[in-house]
Amino acid sequence: MKTEPLHIAGHTFQSRLFLGTGKFGSNQLMHDAVVASGSELVTVALRRVRLQEQEDEVVSHLQIPGVKLLPNTSGVRTAKEAVLAAQLAREALQTNLLKLEIHPDPRYLLPDPIETLAATEILAREGFIILPYINADPVLCKRLEDAGAAAVMPLGAPIGTNQGLQTRAMLEIIIEQSGVPVVVDAGIGAPSQAAEAMEMGADAVLVNTAIAVAGDPVAMAEAFKLATLCGRMAYEARMGSVRKSAEASSPLTAFLGQE
Amino acid sequence: MSFLPIFEQHSWEGMAERINGKQAADVERALNKQGKRDLDDFCALVSPAAVPYLERMAQLSYRLTRKRFGNTTQLYIPMYLSNECHNICTYCGFSVHNKLARRTLNQQQILREVEAIKAHGFEHLLLVTGEANRTVGVDYFEQVLEWIRPYFANLTMEVQALDQADYERLIQKGLNSVLLYQETYHRDNYRQYHPKGKKGNFVYRLETPDRLGRAGIHRIGLGTLLGLEDWRTDAAFVALHLGYLERQYWQTKYSVSLPRLRPAAGVQSPNVEVTDRDFVQLICAYRIYSENVEISLSTRERPAFRDHLLKLGITSMSAGSKTEPGGYAIEEEALEQFEISDERTPEEVAAMIRRQGFEPVWKDWDSVLG
Repeated sequence: MKTEPLHIAGHTFQSRLFLGTGKFGSNQLMHDAVVASGSELVTVALRRVRLQEQEDEVVSHLQIPGVKLLPNTSGVRTAKEAVLAAQLAREALQTNLLKLEIHPDPRYLLPDPIETLAATEILAREGFIILPYINADPVLCKRLEDAGAAAVMPLGAPIGTNQGLQTRAMLEIIIEQSGVPVVVDAGIGAPSQAAEAMEMGADAVLVNTAIAVAGDPVAMAEAFKLATLCGRMAYEARMGSVRKSAEASSPLTAFLGQE
Repeated sequence: MSFLPIFEQHSWEGMAERINGKQAADVERALNKQGKRDLDDFCALVSPAAVPYLERMAQLSYRLTRKRFGNTTQLYIPMYLSNECHNICTYCGFSVHNKLARRTLNQQQILREVEAIKAHGFEHLLLVTGEANRTVGVDYFEQVLEWIRPYFANLTMEVQALDQADYERLIQKGLNSVLLYQETYHRDNYRQYHPKGKKGNFVYRLETPDRLGRAGIHRIGLGTLLGLEDWRTDAAFVALHLGYLERQYWQTKYSVSLPRLRPAAGVQSPNVEVTDRDFVQLICAYRIYSENVEISLSTRERPAFRDHLLKLGITSMSAGSKTEPGGYAIEEEALEQFEISDERTPEEVAAMIRRQGFEPVWKDWDSVLG
């Protein structure tokens, strides 16, 4: 089963499932779930990494062949803090890839569009490959693309809620308009919802809570792997359109060409 | 704007009646509610009517905690900088009339303590003092933060209440978080527990979280001292305070603690008994009321009880704590604020957390994050 590979700023991914690595019951479980998911891009929170030390426990469990790290800036509240965190992440983890997340609201962790755009403008000039986490706002997505974002990561629902694609109508517009890959991030709580996002034409999905706190995270990671693949295959196979009413049995245009 | 006018709309007796008037149907409604629970729901959850629902509350609390915080527990350790104190707090071992050797750590002593603490792997540190503003005031705190900032990812303080400008200075030096417990929201009785010293000013203490919020602190810890006054009523005031703060200072994180009075030299014994069952009900009520609030647990509680609580809504716990200044590296004896109940090493506590299927998290912040 092969689908088209995904390209983000010169990086190629066969898997369209990205994984978040927080909330797992152990680092070993996190490692095993990443392997089972087939993911090739996993986020790692800068705040969880012991930056001064040679060997960090979280990072060492994510040293998996074929898997790239996507450092995130979770915890920053402003563009200024985000820029500092990004520079530190680049230095510590030796990668230009960056999941930019700026959420000044510590309860729902909703992203700040103003600060995110400002930080994207600065970091793009510094050569970062930026994947900003944002609300499902089509205009903001275009502005971020103009500012140099390598992809956009609109949320399906508030992070950690497992509510699925609550922002569906906006996601459809974003996917339609975007010139960069669209990764649906946050809120995906079930494999069927990942498949749904992929069928819509999302380029990838990012999942964390639904896998990390499942009864069997490794089995759930595999379920998401299959669902993401399934949804993408359906998208590439061009699904039949959905009709709200039955086809009329007495056509109105059959007379044309009969005379 | 401060919490005071909101607080003054509620009398202690009125809040107690509101709680005691709750029926089983109110508890059911609070448990079955989808979305954010309000103060009335909280009153139902801490009420005597909720006691038969404890198992259901625990199950819900467990699920909500795992969804928001994952299968992890954050570890931190306190470092007592000083036991000098000019207050009388009738329940505290540091109280001014207690005949203790008083000590405030200097730079060299602090760095020795830091070294001992770091050897265990801690990144989150809680700094604790008594209240001696002349010797252990904001200038001293600023100095201490400067000395230790390079060694830790996250710095919290539990010291006397300060002015907004003081907090702003300390945040500049890398302070991330402040814990300041009201002890009790019973305004009249508060005065009796604090007959002497600056801490006797109930309103100044009540408005401290406002000053912290305005100063832009990342996290504020609330709580009451369990054993002073009726815990249900005090908890409802914490919930009221929390609800207000979350709306007012929306960029700040909040935590609650549940310090239960422990024996200490020269202090009065608890006025009100808070049983283990009560304690569990309180944790679950806080969690169900606020899915996002952090709940921390100290070594005041005994090991077996702590192990069970881990699953019920706790998000962070201390381990290997000493409650006397210099307790880690300088000397072991005397001067402690209260008796530790869980004397296991940090490594033993971390192993216990793992055995329960959780990851002990040593670092979940970074000094670069402001």
